[in-house]
Amino acid sequence: MSTRTLAVVSAGLSNPSSTRLLADRLTAAAQAALTGRGITATVEVVELRKHARDLADNLLTGFPNESLRGAVDTVVGADGLIAVTPVFSASYSGLFKTFFDVLDKDSLTGKPVLLGATAGTARHSLVLEHAMRPLFSYLRATVAPTAVFAASEDWAGGDSGTPALTGRVRRAAEELADLVAGRPPAAPADPFADPTTSFEDLLKGL
Amino acid sequence: MQFGIFTVSDITTDPTTGRTPTEAERLQAVLTIAQKAEEVGLDVFALGEHHNPPFFSSSPTTTLAWIAAKTQKLQLSTSTTLITTNDPVKIAEDYAMLQHLAGGRVDLMMGRGNTGPVYPWFGQDIRNGIELAVENYALLRRLWSEDVVDWQGKFRSPLQGFTSTPRPLDGVAPFVWHGSIRSPQIAEQAAYYGDGFFSNHIFWPAEHTQKMVEFYRRRYEHYGHGTADQAIVGLGGQVFMRKNSQDAVNEFRPYFDNAPVYGHGPSLEDFSRETPLTVGSPQQVIERTLGFRDYVGDYQRQLFLIDHAGLPLKTVLEQLDILGEEVVPVLRKEFAALKPAHVPAAPTHASRVAAAGGAKDATVHAGGDSVTGQAPGRTAEEAIR
Repeated sequence: MSTRTLAVVSAGLSNPSSTRLLADRLTAAAQAALTGRGITATVEVVELRKHARDLADNLLTGFPNESLRGAVDTVVGADGLIAVTPVFSASYSGLFKTFFDVLDKDSLTGKPVLLGATAGTARHSLVLEHAMRPLFSYLRATVAPTAVFAASEDWAGGDSGTPALTGRVRRAAEELADLVAGRPPAAPADPFADPTTSFEDLLKGL
Repeated sequence: MQFGIFTVSDITTDPTTGRTPTEAERLQAVLTIAQKAEEVGLDVFALGEHHNPPFFSSSPTTTLAWIAAKTQKLQLSTSTTLITTNDPVKIAEDYAMLQHLAGGRVDLMMGRGNTGPVYPWFGQDIRNGIELAVENYALLRRLWSEDVVDWQGKFRSPLQGFTSTPRPLDGVAPFVWHGSIRSPQIAEQAAYYGDGFFSNHIFWPAEHTQKMVEFYRRRYEHYGHGTADQAIVGLGGQVFMRKNSQDAVNEFRPYFDNAPVYGHGPSLEDFSRETPLTVGSPQQVIERTLGFRDYVGDYQRQLFLIDHAGLPLKTVLEQLDILGEEVVPVLRKEFAALKPAHVPAAPTHASRVAAAGGAKDATVHAGGDSVTGQAPGRTAEEAIR
């Protein structure tokens, strides 16, 4: 059995939070889906609430402090990412965005990502498509086709017109598992490795 | 080892009084600070270059030339010279000129500059930052080492038969450092040429500086300039000192809390833990600074930032007294005792002239004029030959 790592970013603010609840459901389903593909997935959860001050500091200083560095390394080094935010003012929360603002813009390139969002009403569900998906497209991540939205009523079974939350979670998790299983384990680029282009070539290329 | 100070030339409101110095006041203050640096026995004064408020230092060679005329021993440098947006021809001319005026007491630190609009103001594009640094510096070296340059590149108009004057003093160009906070490519450039590498060492954690310097040292050896531990390394640093460390913390805190860049962000305590900032007693500064050697190896130059964030001139001069009387003499002795013999000192004009086999006049005399056929500086006999 091979192994992979999943990083989970949850931007919920309350405790307990429905955002974390959705993140946990997605994580458990993704782990199960990976097990079905012969892969053991270890999970590391990053609760952004704990890093609210660290993130504000990072915006000003330009570097993540020790505590935030751990969270950044977890996400950048993972084989797959589950990212879940509450909807604030018709978009992802500022805290959620700030975390992805301080990452190096190339650090999520090609990374399989599963998106989730929560809100009080299903009328916000397109935030997944008009806000979250473009963000991860910009970061050149590989985003699973199904993104999962959970409104308050979903925790009671949802309305009769849409498949139940459990079904959407399972479908999204299978998609993420396919993406994670389909690529080799992550090996983050080392900026201090010997350059692949020699300085002579750099001079000649001018 | 060389010790000194560097300034970014910011004109910042003193948060304890609410007063903002005028350009004239701040400029004069920096001139006073530079002279004081020599007086208290520091080796180096480095001045930044900026092209927008709240900074005054748009023309470092003018300022450094004034300081050169008022000092005897102080090594003058930059922090940094914008290799991206300055015309390399003008850098070659200006700094060769300064080198002559200062009797060789000049080196430079190349930097890319991180103020977006400065690039378009000078006809460039920040996205070409690394390429500009590579091309412009390659040309700058040729302008100093070759009497007559034919050149064509991507960013500047071509040159045919161009001679940069004055030629470097004694035929030896100023030593060059390359400064960078975060780009390994710049460390690679420094290593390729066997130039110095200066790590900002103020804004980012020590582990980052360690990785950059390790990379530079490894590549310096790769390019055959010497062993990794012989590479030329400089570090920045930020200190504020009082006899009692709590007095230092209390006095510096409002300046820290309102400082440009990191102000209103992390606490003084957090930032002191995360970066090399040291606010405390002279003894604490000595211990922290000696500790830099643990992660960058034996290095050649230590520059402190002491005059930013609106600190009044009087305070800065007191800091210089403490540095000169209590801190640097101890650091000098301790670092010297630890340094192995095969690790070189920071290059100076004298050491570079010696390495080049002695001083030689590099004057390029003009060709003969059309009336007499004689060139100035040549005898009639030479002209006939």
